Amino acid sequence: MKLLTFKGGVHPPEKKELSKDSPLENFKIPEKVYLYLVQSAGAPPKLLVEKGQEVKTGQKIAETSSIISSNLHSPITGVVEDITKMFHPILGAPSDLLIIKRTDEKDEWDLLDSIDFEKADSKNLVERIKEAGIVGLGGAAFPTHVKLSPPKEIDTLIINGAECEPYLTVDHRLMLERTEDLITGIRIIMKILKVKRAIIGVETNKRDAIDTLNRFAGNGIEIAPLKTKYPQGAEKQLIKAILNREVPSGGLPMDVKVVVQNVGTAIAIKEAVVDGKPLIERGLTITGEGVKTPKNIVARIGTPIEELIEFAGGYNGTVEKVILGGPMMGIAVPNTSIPTMKGTSGIVVLTREVTGSLYTRNCIRCGRCIEACPMNLRPNVLYKLVKMKRYDDAVNEGLLDCIECGSCAYICPSKIDHVRHLKLGKKVYRALRRGK
Amino acid sequence: MMVRTFKTAAAPHIRHPDDTSKIMRDVLIALIPATIFSGFIFGWYAWILAIVGAFGGELIEYIIIRFFRKDKNFVPDGSASVTGLLLALNVSVKLPLWAFLVGLIFALVVGKHVYGGLGSNPFNPALVGRAFLMISFPVQMTTWVKPYWPKFWMSPWDMVTSATPLALLKEHGFSAASKVSTFDLFIGNVGGSVGEISALLLLIGFVYLLIKKRVTWHIPTSYIGTVLIISTIFWLVNPEKFGTPIFHILSGGLMLGALFMATDMVTSPVTPKGMLLFGAGCGAITMIIRYFGGYPEGVSFSILIMNAFVPLIDSLTKPHKFGEVKQNG
Repeated sequence: MKLLTFKGGVHPPEKKELSKDSPLENFKIPEKVYLYLVQSAGAPPKLLVEKGQEVKTGQKIAETSSIISSNLHSPITGVVEDITKMFHPILGAPSDLLIIKRTDEKDEWDLLDSIDFEKADSKNLVERIKEAGIVGLGGAAFPTHVKLSPPKEIDTLIINGAECEPYLTVDHRLMLERTEDLITGIRIIMKILKVKRAIIGVETNKRDAIDTLNRFAGNGIEIAPLKTKYPQGAEKQLIKAILNREVPSGGLPMDVKVVVQNVGTAIAIKEAVVDGKPLIERGLTITGEGVKTPKNIVARIGTPIEELIEFAGGYNGTVEKVILGGPMMGIAVPNTSIPTMKGTSGIVVLTREVTGSLYTRNCIRCGRCIEACPMNLRPNVLYKLVKMKRYDDAVNEGLLDCIECGSCAYICPSKIDHVRHLKLGKKVYRALRRGK
Repeated sequence: MMVRTFKTAAAPHIRHPDDTSKIMRDVLIALIPATIFSGFIFGWYAWILAIVGAFGGELIEYIIIRFFRKDKNFVPDGSASVTGLLLALNVSVKLPLWAFLVGLIFALVVGKHVYGGLGSNPFNPALVGRAFLMISFPVQMTTWVKPYWPKFWMSPWDMVTSATPLALLKEHGFSAASKVSTFDLFIGNVGGSVGEISALLLLIGFVYLLIKKRVTWHIPTSYIGTVLIISTIFWLVNPEKFGTPIFHILSGGLMLGALFMATDMVTSPVTPKGMLLFGAGCGAITMIIRYFGGYPEGVSFSILIMNAFVPLIDSLTKPHKFGEVKQNG
């Protein structure tokens, strides 16, 4: 059988073997958590607590402030020790931070009521997801309640189990160990979207997950084995591979009647609806050649990276970079006091041997970036246009279609940072447009 | 808790192990068989040309970049060696070394660095050098010697000159040109430029590049394919005047040109479709020059002409953006 896939892409060393066989472990409740107020895409939520106030685990501490925004809950039981500012690796600037300190050994939960989703209506379910502060756990951290209220008719739900980023294995473990919760989560989303069909897309490097899921398939839930190729888990590429539908340029999955949710998000939805649990912990992979014992863990949000690296046996070899997320799209952090966030799918510790030399040369027009681009763009041309500050020409060439997957820079023999320039070009173009 | 600090750089944080210098190194390796063979046919001086080309090219480029462009951090990438070696393979052994060096300097300065160096030059630098030599030293560049397998100790000044098979075809027709057997054409026991003679060894080198994924099949296939189609048509019209298709494919610089010169990434289109167009253009122009032009051979000029069309071909063969095609299904 020909495996489902898309055109373009790259195939970096998978490195999943480092952690794929270690079952999910619960990380201890940290003594202190560091919570950025900005945990998701969109506007920062409005703070509901003040310094010195006692909070329970799961208590709402910040509330949505606009349509695209999400609630925030305390991950531990303790007191708000400080409200300050700290460098935010995603925003690239200092940002509001709450420090919550545990007062004693207690972990008192402030749970919501359980909802019987079979009987509940769509609106109440979405309201619960919003209340529980759920965001996309694949990495982009877009508020889930917004994504589940599409203004258009949807006919298919796609569950993203591709996990195409090298090194990361947490979604793999979730599919194996939390299969029933995942299926329940999918049923809830199907109910919300009123769709009859849900397809879980999984790359074939997770054969055991495909086999396990197949035992639960049926009643509208199907499993689609996908070719192992990066970025197979990018929304548009995933939809193209599974349904052969192309999201129009500038459009969203709902334009082709699809909603995509990550497996971790589906499980979080089940926990919010059935167990009444807000999003205060998540699964993540701590891996890379730079740690002694790579692991998959479930940890409270806001745990400093350093503690998680210690939990994975500490550093190993000459560590060059610590990455929040996967090595293709993740963000290198300046130091390990940075905490995990809702969108942190993993921490990858890379050694010098892996990152290699990045001596940049001129483009030799080899065309590999064009071949690799999953959006069929010409990254070499876009890069030149952005460097020449010809932003309007770059936009005509497709700058805004770039999904920032990094395949171009990965494959480039001249080690050109296409994607960095393209991201910058988008920012500058949008800023200029706003200025007009 | 001991906090450690780390480097921050933009994603992606892992890179493919290939780099430009590895590509150049493999092109040099691929040309070694043909280069070694040339000394056994044209004498030791062929090897001198090749060595001076490969090392001299790199040295000249280093001087240009270090002292004229004042870039202290330059790390050689091997592309100047490729240009130098290709130029050496594209001249006659009758060309004196000083003239060859002048050609090499011209290739690197005018063919490459005036445009900004590697990646910015519109024309293949080795072919720019060759065109310069053809105009400046027309006699030395078109005086060919008889093959002397395997007398590598012979010096070029002791060698008897002879016409190339393509020149024989042009002046005396196919019955004169066909005195060189197809087998000799294939293995390279013929007169011609230093490195163009052995179709077999050039093909072996190219297969090495294909296996290493340094090149794609598109340009050579469409180039040679176009030559095959055109030469078949003309052969059917007048076999004595135009010669056989196999003769045209194996003689002259076609193999060297199609496999190693037209495939230069910098000066050829970036998409497979564009590459096919480019190769077809090279093939057609080559045959027009061979049949109707003033020169018996047209490979290098055809590639130079097509180099000029690359920006146009690139814009004509721009890939369709994802999501751009069928908005309304």
